[in-house]
Amino acid sequence: MSSMTSQVRIALRNCGVIDPENIKDYIATDGYDALAKALFTMTPDEVVETVKKSGLRGRGGAGFPTGVKWETARRSESDIKYVLCNADEGDPGAFMDRSVLEGDPHCVLEAMAICGYAIGANQGVIYVRAEYPLAVKRLQIAIEQASELGLLGDNILGSGFSFNLKLYFGAGAFVCGEETSLMNSVQGGRGEPRLKPPFPAVKGLWDKPTNINNVETYANVAQIIRRGWEWFRQFGTEKSPGTKVFALAGKVNNVGLVEVPMGTPLRTIVEDIGGGIRNNKKFKAAQTGGPSGGCIPAEHLDTPIEYESLIGLGSMMGSGGMIVLDEDDCMVGISKFYLTFTAEESCGKCTPCRIGNMRLLEILDRITEGNGEEKDLDVLENLGNTIKDTALCGLGQSSPNPIISTLRYFRKEYEEHIFNKRCPAGSCSKLIGYKILPEKCTGCTVCARNCPVSCISGERKQVHVIDQERCTKCGVCFSKCPFKAIIRG
Amino acid sequence: MAQESVEVRESYPELDAFYDSLSDKNGALIPMLHRAQGEYGYLSQDVQLYVAHKLGVPASKVYGVATFYSLFNLERKGQYKINVCLGTACYVRGSEAVLEAFEKELNIKRSETTSDGLFTLASIRCVGACGLAPVVMVGEKVYGRVTPDDVKGIVDEYLGKAGEGNG
Ligand SMILES: Cc1cc2nc3c(=O)[nH]c(=O)nc-3n(C[C@H](O)[C@H](O)[C@H](O)COP(=O)(O)O)c2cc1C
Ligand code: FES
Repeated sequence: MSSMTSQVRIALRNCGVIDPENIKDYIATDGYDALAKALFTMTPDEVVETVKKSGLRGRGGAGFPTGVKWETARRSESDIKYVLCNADEGDPGAFMDRSVLEGDPHCVLEAMAICGYAIGANQGVIYVRAEYPLAVKRLQIAIEQASELGLLGDNILGSGFSFNLKLYFGAGAFVCGEETSLMNSVQGGRGEPRLKPPFPAVKGLWDKPTNINNVETYANVAQIIRRGWEWFRQFGTEKSPGTKVFALAGKVNNVGLVEVPMGTPLRTIVEDIGGGIRNNKKFKAAQTGGPSGGCIPAEHLDTPIEYESLIGLGSMMGSGGMIVLDEDDCMVGISKFYLTFTAEESCGKCTPCRIGNMRLLEILDRITEGNGEEKDLDVLENLGNTIKDTALCGLGQSSPNPIISTLRYFRKEYEEHIFNKRCPAGSCSKLIGYKILPEKCTGCTVCARNCPVSCISGERKQVHVIDQERCTKCGVCFSKCPFKAIIRG
Repeated sequence: MAQESVEVRESYPELDAFYDSLSDKNGALIPMLHRAQGEYGYLSQDVQLYVAHKLGVPASKVYGVATFYSLFNLERKGQYKINVCLGTACYVRGSEAVLEAFEKELNIKRSETTSDGLFTLASIRCVGACGLAPVVMVGEKVYGRVTPDDVKGIVDEYLGKAGEGNG
């Protein structure tokens, strides 16, 4: 990443800096200091209070205050309690948690032990995607090494506090990132969500009080305990203190992980850190929040990024995926992309999500194929809002967001598809066609030779023609023509 | 496609050993299925029945779980698994066209296996290599910035390997 100036590293502080397979490296950067500090100089209530005062909010999506969650779990009476780490990272196009697990696994273990001490739990489970083999391996090594040094296991550092950690592997289901589905999955069943309340902090894994946090949330905890909540609050904003890691991808020049203070304007990320849009194209929108989020258009590029501002724009923070779109991206197509994803990943337990999302998807299919009708836009909006209001879990409650947000900012683009059967971005293959401009064609034959269905004809040095009947609109001729003699429209 | 006759085996010692090694038998179903798939490549009906028997749960529960999670295969897969990333970053850089090119080249649809048992084509979501988008994985090998034009070359590479192996 070229520009480091606007970045602050808290969650990623050790990533790429230490050897993640050697606990000594972690300890040399003050690793496990926070755990020792908590165990020997703080009461569990003081730990909870510190996390509360830091204002740390969940980095897994919803931004719930972490300290409040810990406090509820602490107050729930039970012989057994659990600490869970959500390392399922389901947003398709995001890899923040993976980088933390691979680059600094101990910071997660340390935070989970601190949490265990704070809420009174002796058992922890990390639920990690099986698709992340390297993260799994590094976690296993980390747990082994920490146990050998007495930093995990029975009677940690002679304090009398015991904490054991286990790994549990997901098996490829997006809904398992939802906390109650995740618990059902750890219990060995289908990952279907539970009705809330009761919340996990009251009745979670095996019906015992459970604290569940995201990987990046945990990655902040040790630093907060070690350096104090005041330190943490110097970064970010009043309501969203600290930093956020984003997986920046899409049409920017520099892609990769960025960690910026909350409140950083979107423009800084896209233009300064991301280096602007590739190939001098125009910025169209930034998608945040993955399948639960929405698209932020150019007129809001100066919005400072924090939980509330993104929700105000009809998107959300989500776990940190940020996909930058340019003028070639069709917003109806992007909605369809996400709806295809959610319709496939819907667990099927509740009707609005199982059936409603399919209906939404069918309408989007129609629109992108040139068969949209005037009433479709109203149906998308009404049905979308109904699903949001009635679905059982966060998956369905947020699945219409990509549609609703693009309808809000890019309604004209939908209307172009419906009324003029045109895709302004030139991306919906059924709605575009290619034409050779006679005045520019030199008869070089490049297009004809590259056409995979041989539907372009013409003599050498003569103007060529595309047989529209047989054209599959693959766009190869368009990209191969050395004279820009082929237009799309 | 001809249905392969199901292997009938009396016991699955690998699974027994794995089960015995689990310190906590609660919630053992998914770990058992992961292990079974690792050992045998896919979850045959026999294996599912065996797991049900071993854990003392109804076979319908095992089947319900095995079909819920996309990582579990109920059928044998091809020798080479071609996975095209349809994560958002890859999608906006044209991975859908790459997947279609593979479908054409192999003459199968996504999540199908070629009749010679050589290739299984599937889509995956974000392998965390978004900087290389669009990304294709064949087994463990990662191909970055793949265009539809590259597809034939990639397939040929493995056809070549398979040829060597046989000859
Ligand atoms: C459909 C769905 C998928 C989710 N996926 C994830 C995920 O992959 N990782 C994650 O940490 N949280 C995910 N969440 C949020 C969790 O339910 C939960 O809020 C989070 O783990 C709490 O941790 P936090 O407070 O530290 O963010 C998902 C929620 C929903 C509704
Ligand atoms: S979206 Fe394909 S690697 Fe991330």
